[in-house]
Amino acid sequence: MSIPTSSIEQVIPGQGSMAQPEVARPGRARRQRFRFLRSAKATTGLVILGIYVLLAIIGPWIAPYDPSARSNDLVQGPSADHWLGTTHLGQDVFSQLLVGTRSVIYVGFLAAIIATTLSVLVGIAAGYIGGKTDDTLSVFTNVVLVIPAVPLMIIITSTLNNVSDTLIAVIIGLTAWSWNARVLRAQTLSLRRRDFVEASRASGESTWRIIGFELMPNLTAVIASGFVGTVIFAVLSEITLAFIGVVNNGWNWGTILFWAQGQQALGQDAWWWFVPAGLAIALLGTSLSLINFGIDEFVSPRLRSAGKTKVKTAQGRTIRMRIGFTPVLESPMVQATRMVPTINTDGATPVAREAK
Amino acid sequence: MEPVLEIRNLNVDYGLGDRAVQAVRDVSLTLHKGEVLGLAGESGSGKSTLAYGMTRLLAPPGAITGGEVIYHPEQGSPYDVLALSDRALRQFRWAETAIVFQGAMNSLNPVHKISTQLTDVLKAHEPKLSEHSRNARAREMLKLVGISTDRMDAFPHQLSGGMRQRVMIGMALILQPQVVIMDEPTTALDVVMQRQILGQLIDLRERLGFSVIFITHDLSLLVEFSNRIAIMYGGRIVEEAPAATLYRDALHPYSKGLLGSFPALRGPRRELSGIPGSPPDLAGMPTGCSFHPRCPKAFEPCSTAIPVLGRPDIPDGAGRSVACWLHPAEQPVG
Repeated sequence: MSIPTSSIEQVIPGQGSMAQPEVARPGRARRQRFRFLRSAKATTGLVILGIYVLLAIIGPWIAPYDPSARSNDLVQGPSADHWLGTTHLGQDVFSQLLVGTRSVIYVGFLAAIIATTLSVLVGIAAGYIGGKTDDTLSVFTNVVLVIPAVPLMIIITSTLNNVSDTLIAVIIGLTAWSWNARVLRAQTLSLRRRDFVEASRASGESTWRIIGFELMPNLTAVIASGFVGTVIFAVLSEITLAFIGVVNNGWNWGTILFWAQGQQALGQDAWWWFVPAGLAIALLGTSLSLINFGIDEFVSPRLRSAGKTKVKTAQGRTIRMRIGFTPVLESPMVQATRMVPTINTDGATPVAREAK
Repeated sequence: MEPVLEIRNLNVDYGLGDRAVQAVRDVSLTLHKGEVLGLAGESGSGKSTLAYGMTRLLAPPGAITGGEVIYHPEQGSPYDVLALSDRALRQFRWAETAIVFQGAMNSLNPVHKISTQLTDVLKAHEPKLSEHSRNARAREMLKLVGISTDRMDAFPHQLSGGMRQRVMIGMALILQPQVVIMDEPTTALDVVMQRQILGQLIDLRERLGFSVIFITHDLSLLVEFSNRIAIMYGGRIVEEAPAATLYRDALHPYSKGLLGSFPALRGPRRELSGIPGSPPDLAGMPTGCSFHPRCPKAFEPCSTAIPVLGRPDIPDGAGRSVACWLHPAEQPVG
């Protein structure tokens, strides 16, 4: 018995009777492009971070006073002249905060870029290439991991005069990459044994292509969250250095806190001196974490397709969708079905529904 | 016959709001006591979604948007599974309805012995049972599914795929549920193993008296093993009939297409036809009968109106139902 060839041709997708009617889906492409922004978390985080970056750029220009300029208003509370009050030398805290933003954002992002680049290079190379390379890189990573960053920076900065922000960022970047490198190595080790990676290796793809096209997209979430985490770490490190008074060239939030601490602002009830800087740090950390959540949802197709996860059930309660307990929703259409014995679906004939 | 599980007008969606895709639409189905009900259809016809939907096992973004699943327990009055609280649902699962998944054999934890994994269920659902009687039950279950009891202390990697699948079936039956749902339980196995396992399953059903919903795309398998067959297409049931009746004389062109796509072992040779086209996109369903673009017998009403599932207008139409304009329903089901 032979199968007629015609019946085989019939089942080639997209041809002849297989061709499916194109269904127009207006607005779908647009919605996908802005999907990242549809997450409220990501949008909030991005807006806050955007304000910080904007202030980092224009802060020194819009600052009402020179942050170091002294005046006769010593330790004054917030007023129309000084929005966030003044220090013990009559300096304007608001101007210090504005001018200091640039240094914080610059160091945070430069250090994170350096650290993330290093961790991606070392981590993925160690995980994917394996063997002696892995051993060497792992030992190197572990050595860097145990170098305490802040004491090292104290030593380096104390031997040099006039340390620039760039140098601080480079030192933080060079010491902060190792943890992410370890995470990436572990993730790469698990990925390289997956079928799709082995298949692309078997089909002769180059190592760089496999790393770039097969592995990297799977590591995006890890890399992105590592980057965001390193920004937070770098910002805190820089502020710590300034706060303990090791680095004192120009203004950042840590410098404000250093002077506030030194002059016992708390004892003087001068809350306006240290609360704004503390809030600025906390808010920056929050925005970066929110962006991190947003990235997680965006890069994981599973989380992405889920869209919103809170639903209203038929009993009128709002619950989170979770595995194993599929929610029972009451759609308006079904409610209509229950009330009226006959319905019209898409202009179809009435569907009779007899009561049982 | 007494019903154990009645599905009434079940609707299941993937996604929420205007982006929702209706994967199961208005399905009504009754499972009777001691019966093997086969559920067949192409990939994407909603078979698995129906099974997971009625047990509320669908992962997000799946959601049930309407209908009822009435369960008739051995004692007590019937209740709606969809209205159970989370706690009650946990109690209900496994003890009343068990499910064997596609590739279930990969669900065994590689670091625990078979015996540990079998008795684990008993520990959770029947905490009063002594360890000795738990082990006895586990051993009995293994014997039932045809695995020698000295494999109790084996680890999953020491068993073959067929044995692991049988362990999973045994595990599903260990609490003696009334309903067992099997979602392509033998797809990953060779035909010999498939036959052996199904033979055992039918034996077990006769001995233990549970009912089975058997999901597969292999209609030839169903014709042999099941009492009744329901054919699904595009999220709806298009035909339901006793297995032999369906095999002999299918009414819906889609059922005919499915039956025509595998060779018969006996009888005259016939040409294998297959079904032209591919399953419909659930997000953009054709108007009217969703099968009409592929249907060789499509005529005027097919593209405009959805046919109702009901008793066909043929002389021996009792006990079967079809949703097709060739055989307009006399008595709609549901």
